[in-house]
Amino acid sequence: MPANAVEVKSLSKRFGAFTAVDAVSFSVEKGEIFGFLGANGAGKSTTIRMLCALLDPTSGTASVGGFDIRREPEKVKRSIGYMSQRFSLYDDLTVAENIRFFGGAYGLNRGTVASRLPWVLEMAGLRGREGSLARTLSVGWKQRLALGCAVLHEPGIVFLDEPTGGVDPASRRRFWELINGLSEQGMTIFVTTHYLDEAEYCNDIRLIHAGRIVAGGSPTELKTAAIRHPILEVACDRPVEALEILQKEPWVVDTSIFGLSLHVGVGEEAEGRRLLADRLGRAGIAVRRVDRIMPSLEDVFIHEIETNAAPGPAAAGEAKP
Amino acid sequence: MKAILSIVHKEFLQLRRDRRLFPLLFLSPILQLLLLGYAANLDVRNIPAVVCDQDGSAASREFIAGFLNSGYFSVRARVGRLEAIDAYLDRGLASTAFVIPRGFGDDLAGGRPGKVMIIADGVESQTATIGVNYSTMIAKRYAQRLLLERLERVQGRGGIRPVQVDARVRVWYNPELKSRNFMIPGVLGLILMVMTIALASMGIVREKEAGTMEQLIVTPIRPHQLIVGKLLPFVLIGLVEAAFVLAVAAFWFVVPVRGSLGLILLACLAFMLNTLGFGLLISTISRTQQQAIFTAIFFIMPMILLGGFVIPIESMPPFFQAVSRAIPTRYFFTMIRGLMIRGAGWPEIWDQMLPLAALGAFVLSLSIARFRKKLD
Ligand SMILES: Nc1ncnc2c1ncn2[C@@H]1O[C@H](COP(=O)(O)OP(=O)(O)OP(=O)(O)O)[C@@H](O)[C@H]1O
Ligand SMILES: [Mg+2]
Repeated sequence: MPANAVEVKSLSKRFGAFTAVDAVSFSVEKGEIFGFLGANGAGKSTTIRMLCALLDPTSGTASVGGFDIRREPEKVKRSIGYMSQRFSLYDDLTVAENIRFFGGAYGLNRGTVASRLPWVLEMAGLRGREGSLARTLSVGWKQRLALGCAVLHEPGIVFLDEPTGGVDPASRRRFWELINGLSEQGMTIFVTTHYLDEAEYCNDIRLIHAGRIVAGGSPTELKTAAIRHPILEVACDRPVEALEILQKEPWVVDTSIFGLSLHVGVGEEAEGRRLLADRLGRAGIAVRRVDRIMPSLEDVFIHEIETNAAPGPAAAGEAKP
Repeated sequence: MKAILSIVHKEFLQLRRDRRLFPLLFLSPILQLLLLGYAANLDVRNIPAVVCDQDGSAASREFIAGFLNSGYFSVRARVGRLEAIDAYLDRGLASTAFVIPRGFGDDLAGGRPGKVMIIADGVESQTATIGVNYSTMIAKRYAQRLLLERLERVQGRGGIRPVQVDARVRVWYNPELKSRNFMIPGVLGLILMVMTIALASMGIVREKEAGTMEQLIVTPIRPHQLIVGKLLPFVLIGLVEAAFVLAVAAFWFVVPVRGSLGLILLACLAFMLNTLGFGLLISTISRTQQQAIFTAIFFIMPMILLGGFVIPIESMPPFFQAVSRAIPTRYFFTMIRGLMIRGAGWPEIWDQMLPLAALGAFVLSLSIARFRKKLD
């Protein structure tokens, strides 16, 4: 078996005239937590579905667990676990019935299922609720149950499509602890999300925007290498108005709003501070504080999207530095 | 095998929790049986009739009494002139008229065939046909009695030729022309068909809509395992349903069940192979439950009509007779009527059973072949 759990070469998917995934290439090393980040409609689910052999790619190739997704879709399916974006267990089955069913579907015998059942219940925090209908569980529980069903057969790779969508931060943190636990057992994790803070949990990240990979690397690599210009955090009055004014300035690389303050990327720090105070002063906006900050992944993301907004060949393909 | 059993088990659990299933399974067949067993009863009673007795003899009066006592006709008016009949038929006050011409009594007494005219309103062709059939039967019975009387009277004298009659009743097995005996076995087929197609056509598409299909096809389950696993619980439900309808037919409607139960069961199984296979085929090619329902309805109609539920195959135009060979209901209706009413056995039904089973195997294979473990 090759060293990489997933190997993707210029994979594309078109729906009619619309290109949802545009010639993406990347590889996922065995045992790592690989994060696939992107806004709504970026093409995350479409990519993951192709890798799970649920959708045929329009062009390009990929191998998962050493099997070609086009030629050996059934072998791919046997070697992976998958948790789709929508909750897709049976609402009208109980927790235990869902677990047993998926155990059977993966060909596990009764004994194995019986021995894995307590583990899943424990992991999902569903001990004592095995008789509840899945419908009655709250979203966080459903997601943990779905994760349990996806890894019941102990696959080498598990694909999780926005596993933490729509739950509170505490549940999200809890879920990520589970993911970490699985990773420590040696499982390769491929996870999509549009929560940028979650990317910090990953070993390796790809940012996908409008079907193209626009940046990649580890969280630290991304933050230091992808943004070579300083980022200033500006606390000021009327931030929305300030944002609109700054966006028009040629010396501003990119701007975005973070709560009550602005993040402004500039060419050089001292020069940037001077121009900023000058421009906002002319507009009558009081600047309370300007700090140089470490870029967050969100800054990276916004920077990459803004610099790649005009689709060019540079944005496509392998983006890992 | 493990995968199939898992699916079967899962389906049963889901069926058990489906609150709509029980009423659908037992109340709806009762309703359909009552409707088709009573309301859509093709037996015609009290057909409004006009009598025009121009003869006025003892023989003609006796003949007419024979009609009235049968219960099939009730006299709305007695008229003297032939032209007066038109008014009743035109205005729909009567749908049949009996005309006994002058000389009827004399003709019979003289050993010549007695002439009677029966006019039926052909607009309601069903009623007309049935009315005419009844009339012919009653007339023949009358002639038969006449013949018997005549023979008794001429006994000993010899020489006189009796009235020419062919009094053999044409309708076999159903001497009272009870249309219920024709309808109820058909209703069994109808209920079985609608029920199993409805269940199966939802079987796959419901999972597509719920999103569970995505999770299901990412497992190593194979298409035939999924289809068979979905099919088996429905087969069991279908058999329970068939047994239930059969029991209601036999004990409530007192329709004969003369053939062997084993063969009836086998016929139901062969039939369900078709309806379930067909339902699953619809389900695999539909994207939404709504699509599946409309597709099912679209195909159920011709299955009922061309299968000979109301119109017997023999009275269809040759083209439709040919088309009906591809329609499973045709074989099932023929078989189940034969099995229940005539007490047919294997020698009489094998030529229906084999094409039915073959058709079912074909449809089922088609639905397995059409099932893709892909999302698009
Ligand atoms: N079957 C389909 N037919 C047509 N267009 C599709 C289909 N599936 C996805 N798309 C389109 O492809 C694009 C990418 O969709 P995809 O579901 O991969 O996005 P995503 O990154 O997973 O977004 P989200 O965060 O909303 O889940 C979207 O614009 C979507 O509308
Ligand atoms: Mg998605």
